[in-house]
Amino acid sequence: MERFLVHSGTVVPLDRANVDTDQLTPKEFLKGTERTGYGKVLMYNWRYLSDGQPNPDFVLNQPQYRAGAILVAGRNFGCGSSREHAVWALQDYGFRVIIAPTFADIFYNNCFKSGLLPISLPEATVDWLLQQAKTTETFLTVDLQHCVVTDGQTFHEPFQVDPDRREALMQGLDEIGMTLRYVQAIEAFEARRAMM
Amino acid sequence: MEPKTLFDKLWERHVVHQEKGRPSLLYIDLHLVHEVTSPQAFTALRSAGRSVRRPDLTMATVDHNIPTHGREQLKLEGIQNDQINTLEQNCKAFGITFYDLFHPRQGIVHVIGPELGLTQPGMTIVCGDSHTSTHGAFGALAFGIGTSEIEHVLATQCLWQKKPKTMEIRVNGTLPPGVTAKDLILGIIGRIGTDGATGHVIEYTGDAFTALSMDGRMTVCNMSIEAGARAGIIAPDEVTFQYLKDRPFAPAGEAWERALIDWRELRTDEGAQYDRSVVFEAAEFAPMVTWGTNPAQVVPVSGVVPNPEEFADPVERRTAAAAISYMGLTPGTPIEEIRVDRVFIGSCTNSRIEDLRAAARIVAGRQVAAGVHALVVPGSTETRRQAEAEGLDQIFRAAGFEWREAGCSLCIAMNTDVLRAGERCASTSNRNFEGRQGPGGRTHLVGPEMAAAAAIAGHFVDVRTWSYARA
Repeated sequence: MERFLVHSGTVVPLDRANVDTDQLTPKEFLKGTERTGYGKVLMYNWRYLSDGQPNPDFVLNQPQYRAGAILVAGRNFGCGSSREHAVWALQDYGFRVIIAPTFADIFYNNCFKSGLLPISLPEATVDWLLQQAKTTETFLTVDLQHCVVTDGQTFHEPFQVDPDRREALMQGLDEIGMTLRYVQAIEAFEARRAMM
Repeated sequence: MEPKTLFDKLWERHVVHQEKGRPSLLYIDLHLVHEVTSPQAFTALRSAGRSVRRPDLTMATVDHNIPTHGREQLKLEGIQNDQINTLEQNCKAFGITFYDLFHPRQGIVHVIGPELGLTQPGMTIVCGDSHTSTHGAFGALAFGIGTSEIEHVLATQCLWQKKPKTMEIRVNGTLPPGVTAKDLILGIIGRIGTDGATGHVIEYTGDAFTALSMDGRMTVCNMSIEAGARAGIIAPDEVTFQYLKDRPFAPAGEAWERALIDWRELRTDEGAQYDRSVVFEAAEFAPMVTWGTNPAQVVPVSGVVPNPEEFADPVERRTAAAAISYMGLTPGTPIEEIRVDRVFIGSCTNSRIEDLRAAARIVAGRQVAAGVHALVVPGSTETRRQAEAEGLDQIFRAAGFEWREAGCSLCIAMNTDVLRAGERCASTSNRNFEGRQGPGGRTHLVGPEMAAAAAIAGHFVDVRTWSYARA
């Protein structure tokens, strides 16, 4: 997994609540066996019209957001299916950070496993960011070491993240390799089970 | 001894390693695998030179991306589906039991686990599918995971988990006639919201749940994820034990007796504390129909499409307006006046034998309305066989329903069962998200009786009055 320390980028405002994983990666694109290449289908049904042409009204198709790397969205982001393809699509498109008031559990968990950083900020702050990014180009820096999001000027917002998850992201840890260090504990557990 | 919740007991039984304030390493008793979310996990496992730690605790089948008709032909021609073939190869390579497309026990993974008796009280169960919560109906801690965690479980049979909070949802009393398990869970989600249980494991308590059959309990637990819950559980009781007895993988003989003693311990102790509790009265529930694009956007069938302006919360107001526009509805329209083009009876929520029986009772001797295309997709090949033995297929076919082979079908629409843009479907599935049943498709979630009745009438009807009027 790629290490995450500091990441800067343009904010893309997606002013919707309950963005579900079916929107992030529609099921018609889940038929592959690969982990890469999902960026082009990210939010497909919002991004493209029924004739396959880009929908000019959708935020990802607007020129000022083309280089966007930080997605800001409404509450309960990533609800629905457990498909990790949703995380892979966001990453493959170029996002490294998602900021929302709240996230659905499975999606939130999947993000850390794959190296995408989900940040919860208060709803009022997220609303402010959404409005800001809609009217002016907004460039943010996310510093995972100090757990702060800033525009380098007036906006300076601390965020919370579980210390173990933070550590894993910062080190780009292979979680399975780490768990296998506990193989004796696993074997002992299995042995106790077999006795019962 | 300090009183414990059922969840606490399940959790404690599975902790392999724990350091204070850190995530726990939890042991997984059963890992269910399907074709769509697993290939990348096996690939990563191979490239790291790792193997599957406990193939004997792993079971695989195909359900999401498979045809629900023409399998006999496919058997002759050979399968041209990369995901199905990849799963078969992976199972062979790693020694995992695989119920293939032609196996008499194939089916939706959340239907066949219980049917085979693999799902048992007290277990931890995971699967790369959010509706793994279904298995909580047996008093198991069951939750959906992503592909990275699938790989982790394959390699270690464990997962690192932060202990979630607990939430009791108690429903007192008896459900009124014509109100089903599906209506109960839709009503709950409507009340607590699509993120009402985020970060929590729900325990469903009270007479309304204990009175349900296992099929009904599975319907309830299945949709826990639609309220954002990590999992949903119901304490096992005689109904659970009766269901499991003599299933192929259920303990037998002396082991069964020992299991019963253990399973009877699996309930929340008197005086144990939940982090949150909500209480409802069963009498307040009614047959439900969703009008929007998330399962919390739901009203009783006697209601109307709401006016977004009535929502106090600005986010909900905007979400409702967007949903009503997508759904092509007008605020104030009575639900019973909404016409449907398609009807789908199936999915891991409502495709079990009792669901099919309930729908068949409504359909018997009647005809699907002109212009409506209706589909029954049993949850498993075994359920299909049983339904045919009871003559249910004849009832559906005579009424004009299509009778299909087992799979997820129109719930996720990864095969050729897809809504066209603008088509409106009464569906017994679990998600009414935009495009879930096909780009531009419009999904209304209902129970099996309500779906069957909508197929006959051509629009939503209140089964409480409608079915009895014709009986």
